[in-house]
Amino acid sequence: MDFQFDQQHEMARTLFKEFAEKEVKPLAIEVDEEERFPVETVEKMSKYGFLGIPYAKEYGGQGSDILTYAMCVEELSKVCATTGVIVSAHTSLCLDPIATYGTEEQKQKYLVPLCKGEKLGAFGLTEPGAGTDAQGVQTKAVLDGDEYILNGSKCFITNGYYADVYIIIAYTDIKEDAKGRKKKVFSAFIVEKDTPGFTFGTKEKKMGIRGSATYELVFQDCRVPKENLLGAEGEGFHIAMHTLDGGRIGIASQALGIAEGALDRAVAYVKDRKQFGKSLADFQNTQFVLADLKARCDAAQLLVYKAAEAKQRGGDYGMQSAEAKLFAAETAMYVTTKVVQLFGGYGYIREYEVERMMRDAKITEIYEGTSEVQRMVIAKELLK
Amino acid sequence: MNIVVCIKQVPDTKGGVSFKPDGTLDRAAMLAIMNPDDKAGLEAALQLKDQYGAHVTVVTMGLPKADAVLREAMAMGADDAYLVTDRVLGGADTWATSSTLVGAVSKLDYDLVITGRQAIDGDTAQVGPQLSEKLGIPVISYAQEIKIDGEYVEVRRQFEDRYHIVRAKMPCLLTALSELAEPRYMTPGGIIDALAKEVTVWNRVDLKDVEDSNIGLNGSPTKIAKASDKVRKGAGEKVVLDTPEESVEYLIGKLSEKHVI
Repeated sequence: MDFQFDQQHEMARTLFKEFAEKEVKPLAIEVDEEERFPVETVEKMSKYGFLGIPYAKEYGGQGSDILTYAMCVEELSKVCATTGVIVSAHTSLCLDPIATYGTEEQKQKYLVPLCKGEKLGAFGLTEPGAGTDAQGVQTKAVLDGDEYILNGSKCFITNGYYADVYIIIAYTDIKEDAKGRKKKVFSAFIVEKDTPGFTFGTKEKKMGIRGSATYELVFQDCRVPKENLLGAEGEGFHIAMHTLDGGRIGIASQALGIAEGALDRAVAYVKDRKQFGKSLADFQNTQFVLADLKARCDAAQLLVYKAAEAKQRGGDYGMQSAEAKLFAAETAMYVTTKVVQLFGGYGYIREYEVERMMRDAKITEIYEGTSEVQRMVIAKELLK
Repeated sequence: MNIVVCIKQVPDTKGGVSFKPDGTLDRAAMLAIMNPDDKAGLEAALQLKDQYGAHVTVVTMGLPKADAVLREAMAMGADDAYLVTDRVLGGADTWATSSTLVGAVSKLDYDLVITGRQAIDGDTAQVGPQLSEKLGIPVISYAQEIKIDGEYVEVRRQFEDRYHIVRAKMPCLLTALSELAEPRYMTPGGIIDALAKEVTVWNRVDLKDVEDSNIGLNGSPTKIAKASDKVRKGAGEKVVLDTPEESVEYLIGKLSEKHVI
């Protein structure tokens, strides 16, 4: 086991850090204040290959690995968690299921432009009545000749409206299980923006990650070509769960970045801020708080990178990604709350940015599986 | 078209500066980056590659760890790289550096040689023009826009208050400024490709046409008497005046006093 990065990852870190500082950080306050999707940053990220990092070059990707992708989301999120989640939702939730379950035709048609960043991706599972409980999904797909007809709606969809390609989970059948209970059978579909019958509903106003576009998707007799069924009919639940296992690595990286970004701000602030004739950094309470935050950040980083490596190796990595997301998300919330406290009154002022980081941190404990769901996943694995 | 770009690994001035007892920089002890003007020169070369198609070769003289800036250049899009390194080349001033680089560059095919205007460690701006002189080719400094027209290169040379359009027959050497070209970033895939490529290492023995009297510390006519970190400026003087008119008058007075205007 080697905890040293090789040259490839060192160089990638330098790249992401420099890009984040120069291109992303200057927009972070404005993107939050104006709840503005940073289109110009997405264009730049697409130019430099940030939107297809872990996918093969033959499909327009960078031929890199999951760890590099995780580092990208981490570095972006240190300065702007909105930008971090745009990359995470695109990569983990849209590209990954197509790369894993797509046919060669689907990969050529969708994965290539998505990897190149010519198109942006999104994923829709959640509905008003179906969050953690997927059986509550009401969106239905019925095969009619060569097309599936989709009806229903999805909510809280990250990259909504701005994305060109959506992975949509809908039920295609209802079957009785061994105990005679009726269970919905799900399938996954690739749905393009501008497909007739597919429209956008409310744009949500959020507490944090306010620049990320979170939309309701509405399907009314939306006809999707049969060849856009992803995987086999009935495989949708498995695809969704597998996709979320990977997505959790992206969100864990985002949470890690938020925590580290807040800690960076705190270290700079306590050296500068003076009270009672000495800098805050000279007070032992400050030192103890910082030490605690640093240890938690580093522990979160190890879990996130371990999960990234586990996914890279293949096989089952669900428990590792759940552990990474649970711990990184709770670290993000803990660290940002403590950092706001270290900043005192200034921490509560928006200009100082750490309050934004605290607002941004909260969602990482909720989306792509709440912390409670992560605990369920881990416990289930432990007790099986 | 073949373009050779000379780049230098320099200490990142943000990381502090340290010196060896002989007054030269202790490069091994400092954080290192690609010299900003050289990076602008590389960007200019890569833009020419995008526009006209070109083979871009990067060359550096330095410690073995200067391999890092060559890898970075290839991750940005350079095609191949040469590292000129040897203990006997150490401590070189601009004369010895340009003499060594001539030995390297003249072994390569080139239509254009691009260097940065100057390096942030020495700030001499001499190596580029010296290199052109020793290669026997024209030099156009401070290149902003570069156009290729058959055998000719046409360059907009930027000065503070004017610009010149200068045309020269290739081969030709250009010097670039960091202010004039925002360099591109590496890409994650470019990094992988750059690490898979070979960096050709040339030692003293590979530079056959270079004389011993022109290389390294001994071949350097410049003798450094003393070198030190720059003296930090004070906090400055804060002046609060009541009206904009008074402020302007005060400023004009100060600028006249210093012979700025």
